[in-house]
Amino acid sequence: MRMGIIALALALGLTGMTTSSVLFLSTAPAWAVNPDEVLSDPVLEARAREISKGLRCLVCQNQSIDDSDADLAKDLRIIVRERLTAGDSDAQVIDFVVSRYGDYVLLKPPFKLATLVLWLGPAAIAGTGLIAVVMFFRRRRSGAAQTGAAQQPAAVTTTTTPLSDEENRRIEEILKDGTP
Amino acid sequence: MTAEIGHFALILALLMATVQATLPLIGAHKGYESWMATARPAAVTQFGLVAISFGCLTQLYLTSDFSVLNVVQNSHTAKPLIYKIAGVWANHEGSLLLWVLILSLFGSAVAVFGSNLPPKLRARVLSVQAMIAVGFYLFMLLTSNPFERIFPAPINGQDLNPLLQDPGLAIHPPMLYLGYVGFSMAFSFAIAALIEGRVDAAWARWVRPWTLAAWCFLTGGITLGSWWAYYELGWGGWWFWDPVENASFMPWLAGTALLHSSTVVEKRDTLKGWTILLAIVAFSLSLLGTFLVRSGVLTSVHAFATDPARGVFILALLIIVIGGSLALFAWRAPALVSTGVFQPLSREGALLLNNLIMATATAAVLLGTLYPLLLDAVGGGKVSVGAPFFNAVFIPLMVPMIAAMAVGPMLSWKRADLKPALMRLKVAALAAGAIMIAAWALVTDGPVMGVVGIGLAGWLFAGTCVELADRLRLFKAPLADSLSRLRRTPRAAWGMTLGHLGLAITIAGMTGAGAWRTESIQAMKPSDTVTVAGYTFTFDGASGGKGPNYSITEGTFRVFKDGQPVVTLNPEKRIYMVSKRPTTEAAIHTTFFGDLYAVVGDQDPSGAYVTRLYFNPLVAWMWAGVIIMVTGGCLSLTDRRHRIGAPAKRSVQNAAAQAAGA
Amino acid sequence: MLNRLIYILPLGVFLVMAVYFAIGLTKDPKILPSALLHKPIPEFTLPPIEGGPGNGFSSADLRGKGVSVVNVFASWCVPCRVEHPQITRLAALKVATVYGLSYKDKPKNALKWLRELGDPYAAHGADLKGRVAIDFGVYGIPETFIIDNDGIIRYKYVGPITSARLEKEILPIIKKFSQ
Repeated sequence: MRMGIIALALALGLTGMTTSSVLFLSTAPAWAVNPDEVLSDPVLEARAREISKGLRCLVCQNQSIDDSDADLAKDLRIIVRERLTAGDSDAQVIDFVVSRYGDYVLLKPPFKLATLVLWLGPAAIAGTGLIAVVMFFRRRRSGAAQTGAAQQPAAVTTTTTPLSDEENRRIEEILKDGTP
Repeated sequence: MTAEIGHFALILALLMATVQATLPLIGAHKGYESWMATARPAAVTQFGLVAISFGCLTQLYLTSDFSVLNVVQNSHTAKPLIYKIAGVWANHEGSLLLWVLILSLFGSAVAVFGSNLPPKLRARVLSVQAMIAVGFYLFMLLTSNPFERIFPAPINGQDLNPLLQDPGLAIHPPMLYLGYVGFSMAFSFAIAALIEGRVDAAWARWVRPWTLAAWCFLTGGITLGSWWAYYELGWGGWWFWDPVENASFMPWLAGTALLHSSTVVEKRDTLKGWTILLAIVAFSLSLLGTFLVRSGVLTSVHAFATDPARGVFILALLIIVIGGSLALFAWRAPALVSTGVFQPLSREGALLLNNLIMATATAAVLLGTLYPLLLDAVGGGKVSVGAPFFNAVFIPLMVPMIAAMAVGPMLSWKRADLKPALMRLKVAALAAGAIMIAAWALVTDGPVMGVVGIGLAGWLFAGTCVELADRLRLFKAPLADSLSRLRRTPRAAWGMTLGHLGLAITIAGMTGAGAWRTESIQAMKPSDTVTVAGYTFTFDGASGGKGPNYSITEGTFRVFKDGQPVVTLNPEKRIYMVSKRPTTEAAIHTTFFGDLYAVVGDQDPSGAYVTRLYFNPLVAWMWAGVIIMVTGGCLSLTDRRHRIGAPAKRSVQNAAAQAAGA
Repeated sequence: MLNRLIYILPLGVFLVMAVYFAIGLTKDPKILPSALLHKPIPEFTLPPIEGGPGNGFSSADLRGKGVSVVNVFASWCVPCRVEHPQITRLAALKVATVYGLSYKDKPKNALKWLRELGDPYAAHGADLKGRVAIDFGVYGIPETFIIDNDGIIRYKYVGPITSARLEKEILPIIKKFSQ
């Protein structure tokens, strides 16, 4: 029992650590950033790449502006870099784009009322599943407790009297044949 | 004439399927043997007719018959032969024909090889298969006919999208469809079991080969798609959580859960209702994928040319098939009786945990994929759900599951002790720890997830080896004893071992490729040099050339490591003549530790070429791991107990009962 | 009782999803509503097309002078050509001032296009880098904005204006905000 709790705690801790690092995880690497767009300051450039990876290319099918070859994507990449060079924080740059294009431009949906179901959904589903499993075990246990002794023999398939030699021989024959 | 023959064969197939869907089902209900007997010949004939139809369409493509609209839209005389053939299924109408070809193929396989099935079950299974087929035939004949003519016939076609003119992508759809349609067999068995009102170990054993085969194909199909994206799209990405990718991944998750849960039904006679539900869900997700790709409700790089009218038809099909099967489930599943009992901490419990996590993962991916649609439908505005969401939700779910995967096989059935199992896994924990430390030391500025990922992979790999060693009593019994155990190990057990080992290697590959890649983007002139991850790339300039239906700009890189030449890479940029579309062909050199990946782009005004150079660690491990997993699945397929089947077992019970009663 | 309910749950979930799919079929996932709806126009000044008439236009022109329409176009944009007659018609009705935003177009090409098809605009502004368009949230041209007397964006349409859309949506909205 104690081992189980320790194992569970470890698993939860690992999951928690994973979640927080995943939220900042870098996802799809770059493709369409051109050398002429790259900023000379590597820190600013790294920030620009991170921000670009989170912005959707609106004229493509499911790509970030970092990935895409489209004209609009290139314009937005340049704007992101301009604003960073002008001293904006990451949040301000993102806000700049969102105020013009709406939440849709964010590849990671923001956490607000409209997306509550989305973000809390998986946890809710996991919780529901867990409750269902717990109920499953409870029902099984109470069912077994009620029928008690009567239940046990049924799970072990035996007849009450052992087979005679004659019966054993017939079984051997049937098994060998493999036909009913 | 060929088009008309193909069209007519399809209509006949519809009629045959209608017969197959009705007579055997009624026959099974009423006990009319002659009616039940129509199932097998009907299934085989249906397959023959669809094969004729498919053959006709292929012939039209091979001869570039541009009086047929489908050929005009997807082919061109200059296209190489293999892509003329691949063009048959690289479009909406043709791919549907491939779907029904495979559907009827599996149906006829049951008809021909299913002699050990009880007649009533077989009749019902074939009927359900035919019902699905009828839906697809109607869809094709009413809205998506591949044999439509066009008048006047143009001189040449519009060519196939150059991105699709690729060997990997040519077989990606057939493999995926083999997977999707394979799950239709599990679905048919589930429906037949619900109608009959009985699920037992025999049923689980009959279903398993079909589910395994479908799973193997689907795994292969999804991986082919990822592999293609990796070498074709030019930036080394291999998974984007694109809606259509998710549409293939969800049935895979459900199918994996089904494989694990049907083991419990077979061995312990419990979790029946849940397994039936999974079989229905796996195929339903396949159908849902069909809807998402072809109806236009979601934006995706993969989507076929969309048409809401078709969307309406598929939605109706979905409601009938999925709604009908779930209604049948709600009605009949409560009557299924399970006799097995087990403690939460047991092998069944571990399999149940696997199912819980897989089901949550499936639901989470489904939620994320459908959310933009759902929110828009209630007028909540538009949001986009991209890779960051899916990674944030999926990875934390997988971490505990992978951790548990090493422990599960060590637990005994019905009731297990955790402490001894964990003690035996100490070695695995040490191995994982050592790997994590090594990774942290080697890749000093990588993300935390890199170390976690490789540690988990190591834990799973070592844990699976520990379980195997335990089973063989390695180091505990004489070597001869272990070797004889090795020989006697059933193939299904090998399936599990290889499956888990393969997954561990794949996870290691994903960690490397996802977390530790290095990249360098610059403009290079001839004799410029760039260093990436210890490799030196020297650019030797670019030259022009010509392919069968495209023009080429080819760059040359000489790669050195520590002064020693490693390889010469020749990436290409192609422009296809008919569509004027460009594609990039990256040059990839695969080593055990990673891939060297070079891309040549356009020239900038100064005459220098834009080049992108990458080092992608452990990419080959992803593909190798999947091959090992699929090998395990295939091995499991050939396990003896699938061929012996249930009738022998039932007759033993009958004989025992007779003997006892006599 | 709870038992039975659990078995019906999957069917219930599916039917809810089916309803959403049905609604979804009536929508287009690619059309993005404007983030600037009912918000003020961005501050900008656009020069005229080089070599062309007029002095360009700015955000000041869109305030206090009645209802305005800003139409984003380019000579390289095929649907812009298709909608041009409707824009001309709108301008001729004189219910609003119609401005043209020339998006990322070489001056020579833009002027040639206007000469060839006719120039319906009260003034044009040349947005060579497309920055002003981005400030308006433009992502795929042609796009048309209706701006009221106070400089608030009241309507945006992405795509070529058809005669039906002009009559059923654009003219009524212009009328509404002209009062």
